[in-house]
Amino acid sequence: MSTTNTLDRTSGVGLGIAMTWFSLLVLIPLSAVVFTAAGGGWDLFWRTVTGEQTAAAIRLTVGQAALVTVVNVVMGTLIAWVLVRDHFRGKALLEVLIDIPFALPTIVAGLVLLALYGKDSPLGIDVANQRSAVFLAFLFVTLPFVVRMVQPTLAELDKEVEEAAASLGASRVTTFRRVILPSIVPAITAGAALSFARGVSEYGSLVLLSGNLPFRTEVTSVRILSSIENNNLAGAAATATVLLVISLAVIVLLDVLQRRVSGRG
Amino acid sequence: MAETRTVARTGVRRTPTTYVLRFVVAAYLFLLVAWPVSLVVVHTFEDGFTSLEGILSDPDVVTALWLTVRVAVIAVVINTVFGVGMSLLLVRQEFPGKRLLSALIDLPLSVSPIVVGLALVLVYGGRNGWLGPTLESAGFRVIFSTPGIVMATAFVALPLVIREVVPVLHEIGTEQEQAARSLGASSAQTFRRITLPAIKWAVVYGVVLSLARSLGEFGAVKVVSGNVLGQTRTATLMVEEKYLNFDQQGAYATAFLLAMVSVACIVIVAIIRPKEERR
Repeated sequence: MSTTNTLDRTSGVGLGIAMTWFSLLVLIPLSAVVFTAAGGGWDLFWRTVTGEQTAAAIRLTVGQAALVTVVNVVMGTLIAWVLVRDHFRGKALLEVLIDIPFALPTIVAGLVLLALYGKDSPLGIDVANQRSAVFLAFLFVTLPFVVRMVQPTLAELDKEVEEAAASLGASRVTTFRRVILPSIVPAITAGAALSFARGVSEYGSLVLLSGNLPFRTEVTSVRILSSIENNNLAGAAATATVLLVISLAVIVLLDVLQRRVSGRG
Repeated sequence: MAETRTVARTGVRRTPTTYVLRFVVAAYLFLLVAWPVSLVVVHTFEDGFTSLEGILSDPDVVTALWLTVRVAVIAVVINTVFGVGMSLLLVRQEFPGKRLLSALIDLPLSVSPIVVGLALVLVYGGRNGWLGPTLESAGFRVIFSTPGIVMATAFVALPLVIREVVPVLHEIGTEQEQAARSLGASSAQTFRRITLPAIKWAVVYGVVLSLARSLGEFGAVKVVSGNVLGQTRTATLMVEEKYLNFDQQGAYATAFLLAMVSVACIVIVAIIRPKEERR
């Protein structure tokens, strides 16, 4: 009992080393962003993030990420449903396809999308340098999140409850809405939060695809990078703080959700 | 009547809806992932092996590939040691602030790579970073040099091993470990003989995912590396550079190499996964 409740010496040293590394790598640098943003005072911060071009970038990023998240909630749940409940040849291939956007380097993802939806598109669809390029890139990189959150929950669902609902006269739609949906909503929300956070912070896949046109296709990350390149670190930090606040909000939401899910189980 | 119909429907697995849903999902994944990715392969081999041979005989590309591999391996080793240690601490120990730490560990997954780069520059930048000037006067350069690239890469892939190992540690419980300890095994022996074999596949899975993520990091590396040809230009930066310089063939060929590795990682994981569940 005592070994799990108090730190012995080895664990204490281990925790010390791990925390030092984690602080040097993650905590101190991220605080540096917030401190640098705060260093110029509230006025400067507010002027930076409400400046025309930055505000336009933030609006575009948040708007497209939200839109993509809505699509992911629907398509992700549908994909998870098919992967769990349906059986057919080639299903293993679809499983691999879902994970590709997660593993593919983002710059390669941009190039890949450009090959089908760019200037020389075999489909005749050219989204390069358009707003829809941002949407497409977000859609690609966020594909796995909702699917991978919903899939295990769906697989664990007790089929007997559905059969009971059906035998009591519930239609398929009613069974889905009243029996299945309530138990997968936390998983869908968690996937949606991750997908939104990923969309908002996306950079690499847009570099070649969106053209980074100010007021049209320039996303927040690109805006921050151009501030860095112009040696305006305070401005970059101010805009970066907005993104960090969004990331933190997502982390908090996920933590609350996870506690609720495990509390129920 | 409604009753018999629905029972019949749930009894029979396949209804027209099943096929519609199956088709929608397959078409969506084909248009979004399969077709675009396969086009990169097509573009790479348009002239046979010439464009692949071209980039592999270009010393700048080879240097970039080596730098990427070296950085990825170092970052993966760091993250594996840190990840396994941190998972053990988070699952097996109690300490104040544990819940906060466990939530913060996931933060790198949702931070923009550009913000990661900016954060590291603000602390380790040679001119006006918090620690940079001190480190640089001691002869240790971080930003615009390999250590910075390693840190940026380790940052973005940090939670991947932990996310795989923590659930498995929860699942296996402490009974066997406690039995080993009560029979006189040291904590090192218990870890090596009991805990490690149990979490082996989770660690492998985490390592493969981290490797894929590390080889492909772009944004954070772009900010901290300075992108110096032959010195700090990684493979992903090479893809961008080649594309922007109208060397489409070179860009596609380099992208193909990177995509191959990441797809290989995914396939390895897909093969390992069921094995792990059988155990």
